[in-house]
Amino acid sequence: MTSTQDAERADPYAQQSDYRSGPVFTVTGQDWDSVVSGAAEHDSERVVVNMGPQHPSTHGVLRLILELEGETVTEARCGIGYLHTGIEKNMEYRNWVQGTTFCTRMDYLAPFHYEAAYARGVERLLGIEADIPDKALVMRVLLMELNRISSHLVAIATGGLEIGALTVMTIGFREREQCLDVFELITGLRMNHAFIRPGGVSQDLPHGALDKVGDFVSLMKKRLPEYAALCNANPIFKARLVDVGYLDLAGCLALGITGPVLRSTGYDWDLRKKQPYGGYEEYDFDVVTWDTADAYGRFRIRVEEMWQSLRIIEQCAQRLQGMEGEPVMIGDKKIGWPAQLAVGSDGMGNSLDHIRHIMGESMEALIHHFKLVTEGFRVPAGQAYGVVESPRGELACHVVSDGGTRPYRAHFRDPSFVNLQAAPAMSEGGQVADVIVAVASLDPVMGGVDR
Amino acid sequence: MTAPADDSSEGGHSEAERRLHERTRSDDAGTSPDEPETGTTPRGPERDLGVREQMPENTVAPVDPGGGAATFEVVGVREGMFGVDGTGDTSGYGGLRRPVVMPGATQRPFGGWFDEVADQLASGLRQTGTGDVVERVVVDRGEMTVHVRRGHLLATVRQLRDDAALRFEFCSGVSGVHYPGDRGRELHAVYHLLSMTHNRRLRLEVSVPDADPHIPSVVSVYPTADWHERETYDFFGIIFDGHPALTRIMMPDDWPGHPQRKDYPLGGIPVEYKGATIPPPDTRRAYS
Repeated sequence: MTSTQDAERADPYAQQSDYRSGPVFTVTGQDWDSVVSGAAEHDSERVVVNMGPQHPSTHGVLRLILELEGETVTEARCGIGYLHTGIEKNMEYRNWVQGTTFCTRMDYLAPFHYEAAYARGVERLLGIEADIPDKALVMRVLLMELNRISSHLVAIATGGLEIGALTVMTIGFREREQCLDVFELITGLRMNHAFIRPGGVSQDLPHGALDKVGDFVSLMKKRLPEYAALCNANPIFKARLVDVGYLDLAGCLALGITGPVLRSTGYDWDLRKKQPYGGYEEYDFDVVTWDTADAYGRFRIRVEEMWQSLRIIEQCAQRLQGMEGEPVMIGDKKIGWPAQLAVGSDGMGNSLDHIRHIMGESMEALIHHFKLVTEGFRVPAGQAYGVVESPRGELACHVVSDGGTRPYRAHFRDPSFVNLQAAPAMSEGGQVADVIVAVASLDPVMGGVDR
Repeated sequence: MTAPADDSSEGGHSEAERRLHERTRSDDAGTSPDEPETGTTPRGPERDLGVREQMPENTVAPVDPGGGAATFEVVGVREGMFGVDGTGDTSGYGGLRRPVVMPGATQRPFGGWFDEVADQLASGLRQTGTGDVVERVVVDRGEMTVHVRRGHLLATVRQLRDDAALRFEFCSGVSGVHYPGDRGRELHAVYHLLSMTHNRRLRLEVSVPDADPHIPSVVSVYPTADWHERETYDFFGIIFDGHPALTRIMMPDDWPGHPQRKDYPLGGIPVEYKGATIPPPDTRRAYS
């Protein structure tokens, strides 16, 4: 249905707007003819299209404002903020450990990376970076690399969906579900894990986790070639992606772009190699680059990075085999959560040994438990910058402490937020359909953009 | 290891106290904090100072941040223990007042490449005839923060980006921090720079008073700062002069106030239980 908006059909949820620039069409599908004929009456090729924020092709609640001359985009602007939930502000009113449960909800496709960036910032403030147990570091790497795979799968899947390649979408989500099953076994949740915490990780690996990881790796080794077979030389796929969304190295650096987009220009900037953190220097893997600086190159990089992540996961699993029973949380009892919780018969997480200890054996342990759980720990005043290489690029957490039990300020340098700035540079001068491909190749996650 | 120990090491403490005096002096021109207070009730650091002199056991031992920071910067005062004032506080900790001290200026040598960058920046700015730009350099927890006066921010970042020996070609982001207790310098804009050429990270910090929250925009040098500065403006009200289109980015255009500021009023949650409400988070009981 198409209609020229007038006073009688005013939007009941908005104030009456005064449109001076021309007629306004509300497009709801199957009505292109009436738009074209309506525009023809006004004898102008220039159309301003408001795409989104509720649109299946905009990769989330992203609003794109496109100025078109015919099919050519002359200007593109992004409108964001539709998913702003004030997570950073909320974190200032919870203690340092609880902050993990907030930042894990920012970018819902890469929760472990957000937890890791935050944990790294807090650990640097506490000065305990060297005291994190090895097993916790290996588990972090394992989870982050699994998460990189699940995130890249969604990037490829939704990117395929948006250009109409439905099979790419279905197989992408099929494999991602397997990955989330692994997360569920290890952390208890498919998303929003709050698993990586300042001082280590919250739980030891459950029984059978490494077998499940091994199964997933061998499954992915069978499935990943399917993506290559389906897409790499597919003429339709290449016609949509090759030379689309071009952004060269100078453009990337000026606009602050990192991750697969930067690596698609041929520059091998990957923080895991350049500024190794959390034990990444001990793993054997390659940084994947491409030299076409277009959407096709970014697709190829993402697929190849999944192979590299599988390599790292295998090395992690091998190391974890020999680490059974080792601690996963820092030994400092003023920071580390005292109990190893397990799901009891009542479905609640608790630790019977710990309850016996604090309720029946040691008054001091009870006091200590109470203080740590209700008050949390204090973090010496100062500021720190915790950085990780997320699936989308440089993810950093700028944490400021005033010496209290809660973050004074936690700001996330979100790669989706920064990368989205490149959308106009990538899509202006191209076709409308290429805007979708360009944005999909940036892979912004609006939960992270808006926070 | 997280809670400040009670024993105070003499050197750092007196340094913090000296800075406290300096700040007091510059804030209340004319009255010396060494003289007995007359008239109005002192607020903030002065009051804290009095209490601390009376009760030496309550002084905060300077926390050694581990990065060799020799001095401390007082940015506020923490009162009580449980976030409750007046008669509601039966804890006995209501009179406790502790200064919030951030790591202060570091003395040379900074260590590592920090000295090299500081020297190169200083000499480069001298050549271009820019005045005294750097307020102080803080090296803390292995990270370098250069506090820059806002007037020459643009010249500084251009030098940092263009000088081949510095070459901070990548701006990771801009974030704001609001220190209501840091009088005359309430709003801080923090720039995170990265040199991919030399594999170094550097932090610039610019402080402005709440009454005059203007900072020159660095968009002309780092185009990526566009959205970051809009976000910082949106959340803190820092006005970046020269920004191509400084509008709100997260909040709606007609939103009143700047939500990330510490003085931004927070709403409570109405719950349907005998008319009770959950108070706003900043007025709830909390460990302070």
